[in-house]
Amino acid sequence: MKSRSQDQSLSDSRELDRSYDPLTGSTADDEELSAVRYRPEGLDPLVQKTNFSRRELQVLYRGFKNECPSGVVNEETFKSIYSQFFPHGDSSMYAHFLFEAFDTRNNGSVTFEDFVVSLSIILRGSITDKLNWAFNLYDLNKDGCVTREEMTEIMHSIYDMMGKYTYPCMEDNAPKEHVDNFFQKMDKNNDGVVTIEEFLETCQKDESIMQSMHMFDSVI
Amino acid sequence: MAAGVAAWLPFARAAAIGWMPVANLPMPVAPAGKNKRQDEMIILNVSGRRFETWRNTLDRYPDTLLGSSEKEFFYNEETKEYFFDRDPDVFRSVLNFYRTGKLHYPRYECISSYDEELAFFGIISEIIGDCCYEEYKDRKRENAERLMDDQEDNKDAKPPNMTCRETMWRAFENPHTSTMALVFYYVTGFFIAVSVITNVVETVPCGTSPNQKEVPCGERYTVAFFCMDTACVMIFTVEYLMRLFAAPSRYRFMRSVMSIIDVVAILPYYIGLVMTDNEDVSGAFVTLRVFRVFRIFKFSRHSQGLRILGYTLKSCASELGFLLFSLTMAIIIFATVMFYAEKGSSSSKFTSIPASFWYTIVTMTTLGYGDMVPKTIAGKIFGSICSLSGVLVIALPVPVIVSNFSRIYHQNQRADKRRAQKMQKARLARIRISKQGTSNAFLHSKRNGLFSEAPEFTSSTEEDQRLNKSTSLLESQHHHLLHCLEKTTNHEFVDQQYYQQSYLEAGLQNYPSRSPSLSSRDGVSGTCCTRRSKKQHAPLQNASGPAHMQPLTQVHAHPRGLQELSTIHIQPLSTSRSSLNMRVDEPASLNCQSSQITTAIISIPTPPVTTSDGDAHLRAGPAHQNVVKVSAL
Repeated sequence: MKSRSQDQSLSDSRELDRSYDPLTGSTADDEELSAVRYRPEGLDPLVQKTNFSRRELQVLYRGFKNECPSGVVNEETFKSIYSQFFPHGDSSMYAHFLFEAFDTRNNGSVTFEDFVVSLSIILRGSITDKLNWAFNLYDLNKDGCVTREEMTEIMHSIYDMMGKYTYPCMEDNAPKEHVDNFFQKMDKNNDGVVTIEEFLETCQKDESIMQSMHMFDSVI
Repeated sequence: MAAGVAAWLPFARAAAIGWMPVANLPMPVAPAGKNKRQDEMIILNVSGRRFETWRNTLDRYPDTLLGSSEKEFFYNEETKEYFFDRDPDVFRSVLNFYRTGKLHYPRYECISSYDEELAFFGIISEIIGDCCYEEYKDRKRENAERLMDDQEDNKDAKPPNMTCRETMWRAFENPHTSTMALVFYYVTGFFIAVSVITNVVETVPCGTSPNQKEVPCGERYTVAFFCMDTACVMIFTVEYLMRLFAAPSRYRFMRSVMSIIDVVAILPYYIGLVMTDNEDVSGAFVTLRVFRVFRIFKFSRHSQGLRILGYTLKSCASELGFLLFSLTMAIIIFATVMFYAEKGSSSSKFTSIPASFWYTIVTMTTLGYGDMVPKTIAGKIFGSICSLSGVLVIALPVPVIVSNFSRIYHQNQRADKRRAQKMQKARLARIRISKQGTSNAFLHSKRNGLFSEAPEFTSSTEEDQRLNKSTSLLESQHHHLLHCLEKTTNHEFVDQQYYQQSYLEAGLQNYPSRSPSLSSRDGVSGTCCTRRSKKQHAPLQNASGPAHMQPLTQVHAHPRGLQELSTIHIQPLSTSRSSLNMRVDEPASLNCQSSQITTAIISIPTPPVTTSDGDAHLRAGPAHQNVVKVSAL
């Protein structure tokens, strides 16, 4: 997202003109021309690419198209959809990280193919694939290792979803302690980062993680 | 359930994969997908017109007729469809509400038939989208007014058993109700007019006395004027006292604008009676007589238009304020400029900046008296700029005020702005309440212990099982998702009251933390949820209190919490993640209590002085668990 600080000024008369969108710097007239209409390539290629059946893909697409008639999801829609499932707290940060993970092509929008491919990995992939995907979610800058800062951000976003009214009351450093716990468990060579190998190794040895991964088999 | 995005629930559940590796507690069991009825089409036959839709489209709103089991009453076995003997045109809007999540009001539809359909299908009208809501409300108000007008025509006979006081008040407020009221209305109007005219004529010069200059009539015919003034004031006083007596709420009446005007109108007379004819105070007395002119405002009871004018000015307060502010700014600027421009010229009238204010005001309002004129060239230039800008500054807010007045005047039946805001607030409150159902549903079902899905626990009562069936699959999946989040973060969702209550209790109690094995922490913040608050969670009672004194191997058959407690005990020194004995199909209301019990057990070797404080302290946060584990390891 563009930072607004340099573009915005109190006396910017363009802001008073409602068709001007300071986020993208374009007026509403321009936007309507550039609305994206995207169609997925077809049911059969998707069936081959993913592990879903035809029927499942049909159901998924209907839901997808209903919410995003233009055929792509942008981050705002993604966040608003996700926030409807978590009315208590603020799920925008976690939704942002999810969006980054779904948006494999890094162009700010998620097409139905991206969506379904990622879902296929999570719901129908092997354990290794699922863990890889989770690691990719945590690795915010996609450099192959999860640093403490990245994990702290992820943890904060998860805790933010709980909201204010929790029992017991949410401490300020609850996320941080959780991160410490995570690193202590995962970071075998104590170099301050968790690599994919350490992650896979630790998770595969951990029974409860394995079991919770299997929970996703029955989601669809 | 978040309606409208029900189709995205699989995505939301899949996204929970990010929590799994970081969670320290095992996840609850996912609700079993019952027989796959989601992808089924339903036929709705409304008076012969068939509508077809997916079953889970209707399931999005489970508290309406079509979304709940109530529609089974309308099921036709032979034709395998749901038959409703209702209007198919309105049903279109109803069904579109399920499809799109937005309820629209078709303009051609009659408001009362639409309301009836909404009531039949169990949809509250506040959900109507913003695009159609204004129209809906306007039509509804018109309808209500029409009904009220019809009723008022029948209501001429006054209801019996009205006390004398109520009759009087009704007569005052609405002069058309009885002849007496009408007579009273006209008499007071007449006397107001007489009083105002008297005040005016009093000051007219009335012929000369032979030895003096012209005297005003008031001084010539003092007695006559005094008698007329007395008569008017007596009438006004009597009227005011009668209104005060009849008012249903005397305090409110006394605070109302009309009553203040009444008081201000008659007070100078009484003050004048009291004060003697002293020279010193007669100046002040003369000033008081000015207030007699306020009697003219009493006419506003007699004139609807005057009241509307007053209301308009009140409602345009912000525009008037802007006008005043911008004028003040301009006056000061131009006065300063003119003063310095005219400073040079001799015998200039612009002696100071405040003196220039008069010139600026007269010029900007295009009055142009000519008592002060600029003489220098610079002064003339700035003077012309001043007059041009005056026209602009004054012309800008005036159309706003005018349009406001005309709008209010034409709709003088319109409800007060305050009442509209209250209605808007009420509408939003109703929508919020019905939406809170989704978030409260989760807390509610937690309290009902709906998570016990394992069939072998016989303690789940008949009622629980019935409740289990009634929550739809979507809801149970959504609740499962929220429950996984609770497990991941090791905190529970509670509602606001509970949270505030536990927070309050924390403020009352003080547990200093002196345990060396725990991180140093402020005692108050660490014990924000104390033992006493746990009585709200009935299943946890066994887990709290003296549980940590129980022997490690104790196994309880209680379905909630303690069974896990015992299994965790078996592995006290290992990390909490390896729970080889943990049964996956445990009921899922594990919460921080049991994990804290683990920590309590581990920290038994800590110095005894802290155990009594320490365990209460330990209950406070799951974070402690981690810290203690480090030390134990």
